[in-house]
Amino acid sequence: MNTPILHTHQLTIGYRPSRRQQVLVCPAINAMLYPGELVCLIGPNGAGKSTLMRTLAGMQAPLEGTVRLGEDEVRDLPPRELARRLSLVLTERIDAAGMRAIELVALGRQPYTSWIGDLSAHDEQVVQHALRQVGAEELADRMLDELSDGERQKVMIARALAQEPVVMLLDEPTAFLDLPRRAEIMTMLRRLARDTGRAILLSTHDLELALRSADRIWLLPKGGPLQTGAPEDLVLSGAFEQAFRSEGVQFDSYTGSFHMRTTAAGVIDLHGSGLPAIWTTRALERAGFCVAPGGQGSPLRVELHGEHAETRWHLHKAGEVQLFESVNGLLVALKKM
Amino acid sequence: MTATTTPLQSLSQSSIHHTRLRHANQLKIMVVLLLLLIGAFLLSLATGSVTIPLDQIITILTGGEATRTTWITIVLDFRLPKALTALLAGAALAVGGLQMQTLFRNPLAEPYVLGINAGASLGVALIVLTVGGTGTMLLAGIGLLGDMGIAAAAFIGSAAALLIVLTAAARVQSVTTLLILGLMFGFAVSAVVSLLLYFSIAERVQAYINWTFGSFGGVTWSQMPIFALMIIVGLISAVVLTKPLNALLLGEHYARSLGVDIRKARMGIVLSTALLTGSVTAFCGPIGFIGIAVPHLCRSLLHTSDHRILTPAAILLGGIVALLADLVAQMPGGQVVLPLNAVTALLGAPIIIALILRRRSLRTAFAS
Repeated sequence: MNTPILHTHQLTIGYRPSRRQQVLVCPAINAMLYPGELVCLIGPNGAGKSTLMRTLAGMQAPLEGTVRLGEDEVRDLPPRELARRLSLVLTERIDAAGMRAIELVALGRQPYTSWIGDLSAHDEQVVQHALRQVGAEELADRMLDELSDGERQKVMIARALAQEPVVMLLDEPTAFLDLPRRAEIMTMLRRLARDTGRAILLSTHDLELALRSADRIWLLPKGGPLQTGAPEDLVLSGAFEQAFRSEGVQFDSYTGSFHMRTTAAGVIDLHGSGLPAIWTTRALERAGFCVAPGGQGSPLRVELHGEHAETRWHLHKAGEVQLFESVNGLLVALKKM
Repeated sequence: MTATTTPLQSLSQSSIHHTRLRHANQLKIMVVLLLLLIGAFLLSLATGSVTIPLDQIITILTGGEATRTTWITIVLDFRLPKALTALLAGAALAVGGLQMQTLFRNPLAEPYVLGINAGASLGVALIVLTVGGTGTMLLAGIGLLGDMGIAAAAFIGSAAALLIVLTAAARVQSVTTLLILGLMFGFAVSAVVSLLLYFSIAERVQAYINWTFGSFGGVTWSQMPIFALMIIVGLISAVVLTKPLNALLLGEHYARSLGVDIRKARMGIVLSTALLTGSVTAFCGPIGFIGIAVPHLCRSLLHTSDHRILTPAAILLGGIVALLADLVAQMPGGQVVLPLNAVTALLGAPIIIALILRRRSLRTAFAS
């Protein structure tokens, strides 16, 4: 494999609330970022994702160990030099009144511009290119406060690109976005990593999307240690299940998603296939039933008849049959029992 | 090259075109502001208890002989230093306010949030309220000392406050902490001033209150070089800080990630603002409202947050507003002079209210 752009050596992250005290968040992190890869940092709340991001960015001192960008230690780089190699997208909201999208992206050229910050022809090109790369060209002249969350996030990513760094760190870039926008941003970031040869590390709570999009995962369980690998390897090794094990929620290694763990209200024998069957299963599981397709000996049986929008649900119970036109109707009836 | 223009390229062309148009428009506004500033300056030389024709003003300024010799004295010894003081003070307060609003990312920030003003008022209060024997002696003393004694006291007070704020600026993590420290320091110092006032005799209290009204008329030609030098140094440092100020529009974290040395930038901004507002307070008293209102006026006039444009605009508009406020306070033709601070607030408040209501800030406040 090629040489890493960023690597940490025995990095111990945490805080020093006062001179004598220190709060350890995660010890001995040894991890690397390679050119052109999209890596997702995931972990339960409070595991220290943000602390790790801040430490990698040089914004917070590590308790021990080093973060290196190439040969240089992040904490030793002068601010301007660091800004040319590493750029950030943070969770804090920008509300600079009177700033246009293109002006925001142009701020990304600050590590390269003169004392007053005037853009050269090359700088202008880089800014335009960055906007194009995130598909936000038509937003260039819009005021920031007129942009939707998704548009704003694209512009913030364009700004980070305009810094022409080797590493981009993004702290929960999809947090405020709806599902289609999240997928769009993730796909875009993966493409950017591949096309530009930059390493992109992003923290996210969106596990399913991370599993599908990331080249590799940095998995940070509470108290550590940080585990890295292809998403699939971490699922197969059970690392995922362990990191997110908590009451009420269970990671399903088959689907790569989380399920509410509810006390079984009973077993339902479901007959049917296709999309309606999948969504009926989800509904029944949510209602607390254990769905056993073709299961025998269950007093409850649901049969699906008809296609798609015409689907009808037949509930068999103790020889009686009730007919429903919607999943909701079925659930209401089941709840009454 | 005859490459066909793709929609994307044409879009980027149009965006560059828009940027050019905007810059041309901003340049026009700046030229208008400059002309207005010159107009306001000449007007303030022409009006007062005696009205002097404009052509005579120009003759006097270019070293010629006016039709009446008293006019030369009035213009050169009284109105010119006063107009220059107003111009410099207005520019200083506007730029100081702009820097504070950006540093604290707070539209309500003003040059005095650092507590510099409070320090100055304590200095003045100590001199006016405690030095000297009896009331009559004190009033005579003030006359003898000239306003230089008060200016010196205000300056020492400002400098002491500045040292405290700078120490804090270097130590504290968050800029919000600095803002709160500045405000609390201001409250505490004001309380001390209140105590001094409470235990003072009426004449002294009156003398102190006169100082708090603010005036551009106190700077003599002998004081002008110091005053002008300090303001000009402050303004130049504000221009030098343009780039970090622009980065700080995104907050300290982003500014740092853009290569700004936050600690240096913060110290520079605090020092520049303190120099600007400290000088104004020392020589003119605590002049309110220009520092908070003018930056907002500039933003809405020029539709930008870029300090490359806002700082020069604030210099021009600050000068204009200060000159106009002084004109109104003079009550042209009348013999009464209104307190300057009352005028700036009475003129400024409606403008700010109108701006805020028009800018849909209320809506955006709820949208986010």
